[in-house]
Amino acid sequence: MLAIPVLLGVSVGVFLMIAFIPGDPATALAGDTASPDAVARIRVELGLDQPLPVQYLRFLERLAHGSLGTSIRTHRDVTVEILDRLPYTLELALVAVLFSTTLGVSLGVIAAVNRGRAADLVTMGIAMVGLSVPTFFLALIGIVVFSLKLHWLPVTGAATIASVILPAVSLSLHSAAVKARITRSSMLEILGQDYLRTARAKGLREEAVIWRHALRNALIPVSTIVGLQFGSLLGGAFIIETIFGWPGVGLLAVQAIFNRDFPVIQGTVLLVAVAYLVTNLVVDLLYAWLDPRIRYA
Amino acid sequence: MRDTVRRLIRSPFGAAGLALFGTLLLTALFAPLIATHDPIALVPRDALQGPSSAHLFGTDDLGRDVFSRVIWGSRLAVRLGVLSVLIAASGGIVLGLLAGYYGRWVDNLISRMLEVVLAFPGILFAIAIVAILGPSLDNLIVALGLFGWPGYARLVRGSVLSAKQREYVEAARAMGATGARIMTRHLLPNVVAPVIILSATRFGGALLAGSGLSFIGLGVPIPQPEWGAIMATGREYLDAAWWVFAFPGGIIFFAVLGVNLLGDGLRDVLDPRLRV
Repeated sequence: MLAIPVLLGVSVGVFLMIAFIPGDPATALAGDTASPDAVARIRVELGLDQPLPVQYLRFLERLAHGSLGTSIRTHRDVTVEILDRLPYTLELALVAVLFSTTLGVSLGVIAAVNRGRAADLVTMGIAMVGLSVPTFFLALIGIVVFSLKLHWLPVTGAATIASVILPAVSLSLHSAAVKARITRSSMLEILGQDYLRTARAKGLREEAVIWRHALRNALIPVSTIVGLQFGSLLGGAFIIETIFGWPGVGLLAVQAIFNRDFPVIQGTVLLVAVAYLVTNLVVDLLYAWLDPRIRYA
Repeated sequence: MRDTVRRLIRSPFGAAGLALFGTLLLTALFAPLIATHDPIALVPRDALQGPSSAHLFGTDDLGRDVFSRVIWGSRLAVRLGVLSVLIAASGGIVLGLLAGYYGRWVDNLISRMLEVVLAFPGILFAIAIVAILGPSLDNLIVALGLFGWPGYARLVRGSVLSAKQREYVEAARAMGATGARIMTRHLLPNVVAPVIILSATRFGGALLAGSGLSFIGLGVPIPQPEWGAIMATGREYLDAAWWVFAFPGGIIFFAVLGVNLLGDGLRDVLDPRLRV
């Protein structure tokens, strides 16, 4: 149950964000246009006149009640603001994870099975390109080609089902490249194992050997990466959502940063960190299910 | 060292990586000689001109020469990559050595800290720091450096844990060497190769994260010729003036490709066991 100290650490980090704001936090939290009265009220309300440890305990207490504060900009509850946007980011992340895993694992298997041949070189070349190209550059190229020139896909927003395609694809190519490389090396290791020789010896077709016996075991290291990458996908979503005007949590956070809307910034950072922790916990459990040799006491 | 370079050059991809990375360093070094125009000067009557012999990469909406901006931008890119990697590597190496060598509560404390930092997706950490302190190159460097140390710490700790049981470390301890001496003279040399390989990847990662953040206005502010910031000025003219975003984007790609190929090449040469 490592998650609990880590969660506490994350909460300290998010709490300290306010303490490190240059200048007076109460003024920053009240917004530039607030009256001195409003600033004073916020100072007392949030206990900003108290010592830091006391402030932190009160912050935790509010968190425990599910309150992340009120947006300076919209005066709405931060929790509500985030919950409004969350489905969009989850949709984007889910499509990106599915796409990048399918693409990455397929490329990795193709490369491993054809080790040293042209197909290996080509797929690993594609992976190297995917690893090196900036996500936002890819997004811009996609917009120019598929939206502005060909008019196949909408440029921004989330109005139609097709809207998710460009953001999700540009978001997923980098992680697809990472997965392709890991799948390849993990497959290569497993292809040399005795039980595959046995599987072949008993007359199984090569496809069955590769896809059923080898890939299933090769996916174990890949599954860890899927969890770790979920975090970088969420981080990448900040940039991708901004480019495509995708109304998710990332766009909310970036707008909040420009508006210096600190409660919203804190809330989104906390949410992403928690989502990341939960995903990795789930992956740990998945890991034990994929590989029965791993058991957590 | 000489042998490493020779073997690196002999592999086609490693050589390509070395060439690309070398070009980046040389461009940064000789930027004032290569650039054809002032990278900041506004020449409104030259706005949004396509690539030509006068403006190799065209001009942006304020008439600035994109080629000269990209060339000067290599300095910012090298500074961002080198400094953020240095901060992450030095912090991570020291903490990893301490955790691995002293074990017990030291290890416990450092390992927990590491998990907390790893619980934040890296780019989120950078965004948070920029959100508080404001967008600037220095803040970006600090942010990318601060979130990068756990990778190094984990690598070094693991290597120290396996090395400290070896006879030569025992021998050094028996001869009365201090902890600091054992760590720097006997344990540190083991991790040099993997640290260099990790640094190549991290350099590329810093360029990608830094330019991405600058592109959405959370990195280096726009008048400066940072590659992502240059691309941001082309955002409104994607169709009409593709050169404003396409050239810097391509250059970022080649710079990152260079360090990635270099990292792969070094890994094959220095430590074949690390094949990923």
